[in-house]
Amino acid sequence: MTAMEQFVANLRAAPSRIVETAFRSGKPETDRTRSTFVFGNVFLHLHSVRTHRWSLRWTTTMGLGIASLAAFLITLVTGVLLMFYYKPFTEVAYDSIKDIHFVVPTGRFIRNIHRWAANVMVVCVILHMARAFYTGAYRKPREFNWLIGMGLLVVTLGLSFTGYLLPWDQLAYWAITIGANIAQSPREVTDALNITEYFDPGGFQRLLLLGSDMVGPEALIRFYLLHVMILPLVLGGLMAVHFWRIRKDGGLVKPADADQRAGTTEETVYPVFTDAPNRTYHLAAIVKGRTSQVGRGPENTVPSMPHLFYAELGVLMLTTLVCVLLGLISDAPLKELANPAVPENPAKAPWYFLGLQELVAFSAFMGGIGIPSIVLIGLGLIPYLDREKAGTGEWFGGPGGWSLVKQAMIVGFLSSLAIEAFVIHYGWLREWFPNIPQLFITALNPGTMITAVYGAYSVWLVRKYASARAGAMGLFTCFLCGFLVLTVIGTYFRGPNWVFYWSPSEWPKH
Amino acid sequence: MTLQSGPQRSRLDPEPVPRRDLLGLGALWASASAMLLAVVGMLRLPKAAVLASPSKKFRVTLPETLAVGEAFVPPGRAVAFYRDTEGVYAVSTICTHLGCVVKPNAEGFECPCHGSRFTHDGTVAKGPAPRPLPWLKITGKENQFVVDEGSTVPQGTKVNA
Ligand code: HEM
Ligand code: FES
Repeated sequence: MTAMEQFVANLRAAPSRIVETAFRSGKPETDRTRSTFVFGNVFLHLHSVRTHRWSLRWTTTMGLGIASLAAFLITLVTGVLLMFYYKPFTEVAYDSIKDIHFVVPTGRFIRNIHRWAANVMVVCVILHMARAFYTGAYRKPREFNWLIGMGLLVVTLGLSFTGYLLPWDQLAYWAITIGANIAQSPREVTDALNITEYFDPGGFQRLLLLGSDMVGPEALIRFYLLHVMILPLVLGGLMAVHFWRIRKDGGLVKPADADQRAGTTEETVYPVFTDAPNRTYHLAAIVKGRTSQVGRGPENTVPSMPHLFYAELGVLMLTTLVCVLLGLISDAPLKELANPAVPENPAKAPWYFLGLQELVAFSAFMGGIGIPSIVLIGLGLIPYLDREKAGTGEWFGGPGGWSLVKQAMIVGFLSSLAIEAFVIHYGWLREWFPNIPQLFITALNPGTMITAVYGAYSVWLVRKYASARAGAMGLFTCFLCGFLVLTVIGTYFRGPNWVFYWSPSEWPKH
Repeated sequence: MTLQSGPQRSRLDPEPVPRRDLLGLGALWASASAMLLAVVGMLRLPKAAVLASPSKKFRVTLPETLAVGEAFVPPGRAVAFYRDTEGVYAVSTICTHLGCVVKPNAEGFECPCHGSRFTHDGTVAKGPAPRPLPWLKITGKENQFVVDEGSTVPQGTKVNA
């Protein structure tokens, strides 16, 4: 062959060679190449090469973790697109959003998807947390991953909150004014104790958040920086640890008898450890003991490619579909330009903060900082207080089970509804005793009452069942119910001046 | 010849810390604390030392006809003026709860955000607001006043006019 012929042959072979070199070890067709497909790929190698069949059952995860990730990826892509036009300066921010919405080709569509995906992400993250809780997935060795998960929850909410300011419309301006003042609300306590002059954590937090003593250009730049840079990076870092830990903690949680219950593996799936080298683990000094046992390795697994990846891809597609459809049906809101002289009435935060806003309407400090901190600390302690084994990997596993959860739902709904109804009907301490010191109200208000009822109920459960898991299930369920009740009241039943109305049609018009 | 003295150790047993590692550990901790201090130092940057807020002093002309108990709010400002027999005073209309702007009504003020109510002198009548609305410093006479939204005076400080 002449050099010229060789050249032409190479040129013609180039396309197929490119594909071959991309896959490095051939297409994922055999058991071996399916494995190399996973660990030879930088994006896929966070997964293990084979996946237990229990993990692939739809009821194990309901795909909620992947759906959260998918929603995040959607916000990432659409968010970068929005950054082409968005200008984080108070004089032009509103106009640039208006341009995106009305002028930029596909701008409105992309903006809608971004907004919806952010909402979908919040919903999925909360449901995913509930899934991890009710299947007992936080137990040993997954305690720390539960904590990482809580970090993810906080950052997710932070992303939504910072994004809310960027349009610089009335909705944004007043939600952030309230939010920043919640950050300042420790003053409610320091003022009552007369020590604000010397010790003012509230003022410091607000100053750090706003970079000024009012919601202005400095605040907008800060929120923008947090929203497009700092928080996504933190979220990415936490996610990497979250996923890595899932693998290192032995994959997803499974019940002890998962192998029997998963049924027999299909004939076509190649068994794992029949001809695996049996010394490598020992060489790396990872495993104590001589060899890993031949033939008793992690059976009941299937290759991650395609079984797991196709499932993940399916969830990704479904999430995208939901976000796109929602974006087609319903536009992201844009009110009038921010006006610091006239608050929006009623001024409402994003829906997932309306439960908090309901609590804040009794005491800024307790509702905005006190109770959320109690909830976060309580959630974080769960894996360290419940160190039981029974029911791990089962939905509602543990003493009491589903009937306990049902009872807790009744307690959770009724007590929060009863307390809210009482307050809406009869008012609260300030109305009865106008001169009552503020500290009384800070300590004793509907928010702390609901929290106390829930706490007492779960202590009662711990004693009744002699089990921390029972108490945790009661408390977590009550907490979800209370969140739901407060959020619904805040969203649908509060009108101008935060007065209770059965429906918006009763709102006074002016 | 073996490098190891003493009883046979497994690779899974923790290594004893040799004395010369003390220096190494010291260096490690020193650099760790240097890093920590550097991070703390960097955190000073985001805390603004000089606030870019515009001056909050401005001039107001009260309407001739301002009746007792009637509020006058200069357009676009968060302050309400009252005139009674003892003189003129100005009450901030920024809610002490979470910073919404309260609206004057017949009894005093109402807040649109979480329903706090205040009387004409700023005292809390209802709702979550923890403190009364502050009174603002005003100077001037007759119908010409200068108000400073940045400085407060004790409740009851009225300017004779
Ligand atoms: C941005 C937010 C989050 C993302 C993207 C995410 C993603 C994931 C994914 C993909 C999984 C694999 C299993 C599944 O799909 O359910 C997982 C598992 C897990 N997540 Fe999350 N997660 C997030 C937030 C949270 C939160 C808020 C918690 C709880 C506080 C949490 C706790 C856990 C635990 C304990 C597991 C292990 C579950 C098991 O072993 O069965 N995660 N996460
Ligand atoms: S801001 Fe006025 S009541 Fe909340």
